[in-house]
Formats: sequence, C-alpha cells, structure tokens
Amino acid sequence: MKTPGEQKDRTWILAAPGVGYLTVLYALPLGLLLLASFRLPEAFSISAYVDFFGDPFNWYIIWNTLRSALLTTAFCLLIGYPAAFALAWSKGWLQALFLVSLILPLSVGIVVKAFAWTIVLRSDGVLNQALMALGFTDEPVRLIFTETGLIFGAVNVFVPFMIMPVYSVIRLLDPRLAEAARTLGAGPLYVFWKIILPLTVPGIIAGIAFVFSLALAMYVIPTLLVGERFMTLSQQIARSYLYLRNETLGSTVAVVLLVFSLIVIVASQWLAGKVRANT
Amino acid sequence: MTVLERLARLAVWTIGLAVCVYLMVPLFVTVAVSFSASPVFDLPPPSWSLRWYEALGSKRGFLPSLSLSVQIALISTGISLVLGTLTAIAVVKGRFPGRTAISTFVVSPLMMPGLVIGIALLQFLREIGYRDAYTGLILGHVIVTLPFIMRTVQASLSLFDFTLIDAARTLGLSYPKAVVKVLVPVLSPAYLSSGLFAFLASMDNYPISIFLTDARNKTLPIQVLEYLEVRPDPTIAAISSLLILLTIIVLVISDRLVGLRRMTDF
Repeated sequence: MKTPGEQKDRTWILAAPGVGYLTVLYALPLGLLLLASFRLPEAFSISAYVDFFGDPFNWYIIWNTLRSALLTTAFCLLIGYPAAFALAWSKGWLQALFLVSLILPLSVGIVVKAFAWTIVLRSDGVLNQALMALGFTDEPVRLIFTETGLIFGAVNVFVPFMIMPVYSVIRLLDPRLAEAARTLGAGPLYVFWKIILPLTVPGIIAGIAFVFSLALAMYVIPTLLVGERFMTLSQQIARSYLYLRNETLGSTVAVVLLVFSLIVIVASQWLAGKVRANT
Repeated sequence: MTVLERLARLAVWTIGLAVCVYLMVPLFVTVAVSFSASPVFDLPPPSWSLRWYEALGSKRGFLPSLSLSVQIALISTGISLVLGTLTAIAVVKGRFPGRTAISTFVVSPLMMPGLVIGIALLQFLREIGYRDAYTGLILGHVIVTLPFIMRTVQASLSLFDFTLIDAARTLGLSYPKAVVKVLVPVLSPAYLSSGLFAFLASMDNYPISIFLTDARNKTLPIQVLEYLEVRPDPTIAAISSLLILLTIIVLVISDRLVGLRRMTDF
C-alpha cells in the first residue's frame, strides 16, 4: 500500500545477507536432509520411517528423550521461577552474586561441567559423603549412571535459560499494580494468582520453550552422566553417524528430532502470540 | 506483611541462594580438582599441587585446540555481529511484511538440535565438494552465534530513536558516518553482552563441531571429551580453571564498562 510521497521501503535489503546466509547454510541443508530421509529426489520411499517406527526400541528412545526433557523443564521451572524473583528483588553485592553465578558457569563448557557432576555424584563422591554424614542414608545412593543423575546435571546446565526470560519480564512489572490491588483489599495469593502470574506468563513460555528444546537435543550430558544404557534421540543420531556409519538410520532419527524441535518452536510462538492478544 | 507473604519471600530468597550454590558447584569442583595432587579426582583433594598446570604445556593437542576454538569463536562472533546488526535494523526499522518471520528464523538455530544442524551442514558441504575443516567450522559456528546477537541487538534497537540518524545527517554527516557515530555507541552494551554470550556458545559448541572437525582441526570441547573418554586426568580441570579466570577478567571489565546488570538483557 504505497501512498504517493511515501518513500519506497528498502530496509529489507539489510536483512538479505543474514537471511541469505542462514537460508543457504542452515535451512537448505536441513531441507536436503529431510528429502534424503525420503530417498528423494531419486525415488520416494517412507520405508526408513516404517522401519524406524516399527521397532519398539525406537519408541523407547523417543519416550526416554521426551521424559527426560519434560522432567528437566519441570525442575527448571520449579526452581528457576522463584530464583528469577530473587534476582529481580536483589540489590548491590547480592545481585552481583546472582548475576555472576548465572554468567560465570557458561565459561566452563558443557563437557567439563558434566564431568564435574560425575565427580560429585559418584558413589564415593561429595554428595554421597554429605548424605551419609548427615545421616540421610547408611550406604551410598546410586546417582551416577541413573536418570536422577542426568536430571541433576541437565537442570544445572539449563536453568539459566529459564531464569533469564522470566527475570526479563519481572523487571518490567510495575510494582504499583500489586500495591494497588493490596490497597483495594486483595490477599497475597489473589495478587499472585491474578496479577503477577499472568503478567509473567510470556517469560514462562519463553523459558519453557528454551529449556525444553535444549533438553530434547542434549547429547554431551547424557553421554557422560548416563552413558549407552540410556539412549536418547541425540545419542542415537551420533551413534548412527559416528560409529555405525548408517546414514539412512541417522537421517531418519535426525528428522524425527527436528520435527519435535519445530513443534516446540511453532507452539511457543503461537502461545506467545495468543498471550499478547489477550493482554 | 502477612505470614503468607513472609513465607513466600523466605522461600524465594532460599531457593534463589540455593540455585546460586547449585550453579557454582561445577566451578568449585573444577578449580579444586585442578589444584589437586591426586590424579583420580578425589574431593576434597588429599594434597595440593600445581602439577596439572605445569602439565598443560607438555600435553599435546590442548593448546592448539584452545587456540583453534578461540579463533573460530572470534571470527564467527565477528561475522555474526555484522550480519545480526544489519538484520536487526531491517526488522526493527523496516515496514515490509514478514519481519516477525525473519526474526524467528534468525533466532531459531538456538532452539534446533545442534547435532542435526551439524549433520545437515556436513552433508551439504560434502555435496558441493567443500572440504576445508577450518572454514567449515566457522560457517557452522556463525549459525550458532547469530541468534545471540540478533536477539539482543533487536531488543536494544527497538528502544532506539532512528530520527537521531536523520538529525546527524542534517548536521552534515554522510549516512555511513552517521550510523557509526550515532548507532554504534548506543549498541555497544548490547554488543558486549551478546558478543560475550555468542563467544562462549561457540567456545562450548560440541554437537555442530563434531561433524565438521578433522584430525588436524579439533576444537577444545571435542579434544576434552576425547581425552576424558581415553584417560581422564585433572589437566582438563587446569585448562578449564584458566578459562574461568579469563571470563572473570572479562566480566570485571564489562562491569566497569556497562554494568553487570545490563549483561542479562538476554
């Protein structure tokens, strides 16, 4: 809709290099991977998928992947949501402490972090020593090479991705809103439930989408903390390409994982749009 | 304050501090192990020594990997800063359709499985006959670093008054000069925080790199995992502790320049 006198909008040209780059080196390769999993363009066959979904072991892998991602996300929300408030309320050195403990662990790579957790979680490790010293248990609790250990490590790596988006919406909250509600006689539970929670929903959606998609795709953490016994889609992808050299299986599993991630992205965008429309 | 409110506040502070401790555990473990005299990761260490730091120089492969990772991270972050700023300007200032879609697209690699991006890129590069591992790694790492820059710069630009650039032009500056003199200073905090996050994300990337490396070009995370699987010893803790120290220095400098608080505009 150009009106006379209005300048033609040429700003899109600025987006061309970035979008072009990702189209050629990211979207196109992913598209080709998708085509290859159907054996296109030479033929069209869904046999790889029939084989994949016909094998109960693969359903077990999918279930492992989804369950560990869901548990990781749930725990991240459980501790990340209150922690975001603590970060927002804190001042001075306390705030510096919070910020440093969010940013500094990023300097230790996931590989080293996961390995550090194996030291903490092993049966003669610090955590078991502490549990026994405090009298919670008489003999070491098996933590490493279990799903509990995996969730322990995964939440540790991903919880900043829950705290940051929630914190960024808490910061925008107008404290006068809660005050006004209190003055008008609303109880604290009512204020939280009807005012604070709804206003932080965009941050919660962003955090859940972030953590869930990262946890779905995690590879290094389960490899080090659980190992081969707990197969996830990512581990199956790496195994088929790097050890089995089975590219057909690899590309099929890759597409399955890709579809899960796309669903998370699309669903979170849709939910965020819905929330925006309601407020 | 009612009892309920007090309890809620107490719970928030307790969880907040507990999360801080929880987040720092891997760092404490790493630093403690790096000064241990024992080669088997005993905690607390039976006695202290600097032997793993001394071993760093003589261990083959570590320093080249560190240097490769730093190079890849610097170059890919640099490319992403340029591409990300241009795209963010277009999305914030433009009035063309599909701007939200572009923004989602550019940020999407952050939420996509790294292994899948890595395989897809590897097969594509093989298909077109491209075999250089070094540039392959850079190409892949731009995909991972770009979302960090795009998110932060876009958020920062949405608060920027673009008429300031027109004002600078009216005062006689050419368009590129006006952009450099007016826009870049406004964006520098965003550059600092998103650049740091992007740099660290590239340094830490395993899933994409694993498909793009070759025997002579191994990035640090790949070298470290390989080493851990073969015969783990605290040399890795020593190299990681040096990286922690380096990040502390960067954070202190950033705090002086823009304030730590702005670093979380993530």
